[in-house]
Amino acid sequence: MLHFMNMVREAAAPLARDFTVAKLSRRAFLGGTAAFAVGAFASRSEAFPRWPTGGESMPHGLVEDPLVFVSIDADGTVTLVAHRSEMGTGSRTSIPMVMADEMEADWSRVKIVQAEGDEPKYGNQDTDGSRSMRHHIQMARKIGGSVRHMMREAAAKEWGVPASEVKVEMHAAHHGGKSLDFGALAAKAMAEPVPAHEAIAYKSEAEFRYIGKGNVQITDLHDITTGKAVYGADVSLPGMKFAVVARPPVVGGKVKSFDATAALAVPGVESVHELPGSIPPAKFAPLGGIAVVASNTWAAIRGRDALVIEWEDGPHGGYDSAAYMAEMEATAAEPGVPLRKQGDVEAAFASAAKVISHTYTQDHMAHAPMEPPVALANVTADGCEIWAPVQSPYAVRTDTAEALGLDPAKVTVHVTLLGGGFGRKSKGDFVTEAAWISKAVGAPVRVQWTREDDIRHAFYHTTSAERISAAVDAGGKVTGWRHNSVAPSILTTFAPDGGHQFFIETGMGLIDMPFDIPNVLAENGKAMAHTRIGWFRAVSNIPRAWAIGSFVSELAAELGKDDLTMWMELIGAPRVVDPKAEGYPDDWWNYGEPAGSFPVDTGKLATVLKAAADGIGYGRSLPAGEGIGLAVHRSFVSYVACAAHVKVVDGKITVPEMHLAIDCGFAANPERIGSQMEGAAVMGMTAALHSSITYEKGRVVQSNFTDYDVVRSDNYPLNVVTHIIPHGFGDHSTGVGEPGVPPVAPAIANGLFHATGQRKRKMPFTLEA
Amino acid sequence: MATLKINGAPREVDASPDMPLLWALRDVAGLVGTKYGCGVGLCGACTVHVNGKAERSCMLTVGDVAEAEITTIEGLHPTGDHRVQAAWRELNVPQCGFCQAGQIMTASALLAENPKPSDEEILEAMAGNVCRCGCYQRITAAVRLASTGS
Repeated sequence: MLHFMNMVREAAAPLARDFTVAKLSRRAFLGGTAAFAVGAFASRSEAFPRWPTGGESMPHGLVEDPLVFVSIDADGTVTLVAHRSEMGTGSRTSIPMVMADEMEADWSRVKIVQAEGDEPKYGNQDTDGSRSMRHHIQMARKIGGSVRHMMREAAAKEWGVPASEVKVEMHAAHHGGKSLDFGALAAKAMAEPVPAHEAIAYKSEAEFRYIGKGNVQITDLHDITTGKAVYGADVSLPGMKFAVVARPPVVGGKVKSFDATAALAVPGVESVHELPGSIPPAKFAPLGGIAVVASNTWAAIRGRDALVIEWEDGPHGGYDSAAYMAEMEATAAEPGVPLRKQGDVEAAFASAAKVISHTYTQDHMAHAPMEPPVALANVTADGCEIWAPVQSPYAVRTDTAEALGLDPAKVTVHVTLLGGGFGRKSKGDFVTEAAWISKAVGAPVRVQWTREDDIRHAFYHTTSAERISAAVDAGGKVTGWRHNSVAPSILTTFAPDGGHQFFIETGMGLIDMPFDIPNVLAENGKAMAHTRIGWFRAVSNIPRAWAIGSFVSELAAELGKDDLTMWMELIGAPRVVDPKAEGYPDDWWNYGEPAGSFPVDTGKLATVLKAAADGIGYGRSLPAGEGIGLAVHRSFVSYVACAAHVKVVDGKITVPEMHLAIDCGFAANPERIGSQMEGAAVMGMTAALHSSITYEKGRVVQSNFTDYDVVRSDNYPLNVVTHIIPHGFGDHSTGVGEPGVPPVAPAIANGLFHATGQRKRKMPFTLEA
Repeated sequence: MATLKINGAPREVDASPDMPLLWALRDVAGLVGTKYGCGVGLCGACTVHVNGKAERSCMLTVGDVAEAEITTIEGLHPTGDHRVQAAWRELNVPQCGFCQAGQIMTASALLAENPKPSDEEILEAMAGNVCRCGCYQRITAAVRLASTGS
């Protein structure tokens, strides 16, 4: 059983209007680990107290050797390695920016190069889970601080003065009237010993130039605006062939027979190859099918159109998502496997004056990044070289090596820019296809997925039915909460299907439910997967926030309260929710983060909600057909609230204004945090109003933006305002890429309810006439 | 073999007349700033100018544009400093950036035809260009900035 551990706040007013937050006692949270931060050598490094993160336990952990990440030319150009993949979050800018600032490098003299997939060298490169800044801000400061320290030591020796008298500032070392540019010092500085953390005199926050300022342009801005930025399909090699693949329409299906005569007759088509298939759980293995190789993409597409293939559908040929949804809803109404039991739920419901229950569903979604999957592979006698837009280049390297029977040392993965990722490009099936086909034809091969391929062969966001019941006593207080989550699990992509979600998924808003309710039961009902389930930006937080956020607004309506009052009442007094204290298996319920460093802090939930509500002017009167909806959710150890002003215009759901308030700890690059919130508003609205992947006879029904449309400029959240709760560096930076998405759909649905009285429980939803 | 006028110069392109302009630009002419996003004219990632008008290059064939002046993102401005490109940089518009060449080509064609569009005209003109990252707010602001200077 879990219980809530009340933490004492040192200061009051967690809901201050100016968004400043009363500091929680860091010492109280960290307990024994406080020594980690303070230690015996605190005097010089105290501007940068360190804290443990899940980064240390990621595969290959963290590397903070400046000699791996920094090189400096004689002309003073500082080259920094970006080891995380850039898919639009800004990590290729923000992490090097932190290094440059702590180094005192002039950003205009910094060049960024992208790391190959090499985790033993660079540390973990798996760019997902909203981890880039959360796990790497400390290593980036350490690397930058080390180089500045080494510059100072080298300059001191050069001048024969004590290092303590040398100041390193704006790309040069200074002493008295003398200065030496980084370029002049580079060779000697980089030969200096790399200092220990405790020996480095870090900058104070007041001395930051770029960190926390939001004053740098993104690294690739000029190239992007001039068409020079290099994405997956933009690399060419001499003799390169172009391929597309006809894949089995049903997951786990295979080719029964095929006739390529007509395909081979298409001008430009050179050869046709059958690829081995896979039956889940097959991790990221390709689906198999028939590859058409040609002299250009168009010929390959036409050749594929001309293929005659008879498929064998396999065990998932009967998947019908409408029938499946009805089954999940029925399952959700029955008891599931109990995951969190707190208090006496049965008694609370038995003695309730009122019981309110509703089920909220969500369809599958496909990521549909603007750049569909694409990869270039060149397999030769020496090994395999790959250029691809991948979120996890080292996983691609080892998977490709395995697929080709090669030593990973013989495989090189060059990471291009990603034209969007959202989780799809964590899975390297499209790269393995390119490697196989290149090996078969003995030439470099670019495999291009068409948009239809992308929509029909994704690793889909799960589909779900979430049933929530509340027991309300005679005084109108919620005394019991029961939440049964039913959804096929991501685990089924990796292991035989047991029908149940695993701890990473159940940690996303189910077992860590933050409300101050004495009796809680969180359950998981069985659902078997019939397609490839993968992670999609914010993962299970989307259906959880959708269900919980909608249900709170329904409770408010039932109990005659306004939504904000209902939320605040449920969130309760500031305290820490601590599933780990009750033995929940490990840190994975907490996104892999130690709860000591990253607690579930309900005060932060309340603060962001108040900030969003204040921002939009919650409570003001609106004309008929307009309403304001609220939702707040913690995910990726960040807290985001959404306040959506919904207005029905000509029978269309519009959002003239939206406020997103985020607490992501220390805000390393507020400008990119703003862009992520603006993007989350759009993706959340797309999920709310459009995203639905359905299946008939095991086949995905949708195919392109014709029937899988997204929010466009004619109806997007017009004015998104981001509120960032300010914190000092010691309030640990948390996730940004994903946590904006979950509260958006329920906020829009709740706003729609207040605008029209229509309550939506199925996502995506439309306006009834 | 066809001769196309691309970015102000005639260019021999080894492509059949029925090949979509998109693939002729990308795979044959090596102008990869123009992107493939959907192939059916619904996302705008492949937008180029044909005789000054924004067109989806996936929906035109090489034969369709034999006599036309074609401008791609690479040829929009000799130094990449078209006022739309400058506005995009001023507002740090892109996230992943993949759709932005198409967005910029649509926006620059709009402003060539209608130098002072209303907000409604901007939103309508840009509605054919999808940005899955969701940069619309900044795109609209950048078109306005390029148009009015503020």
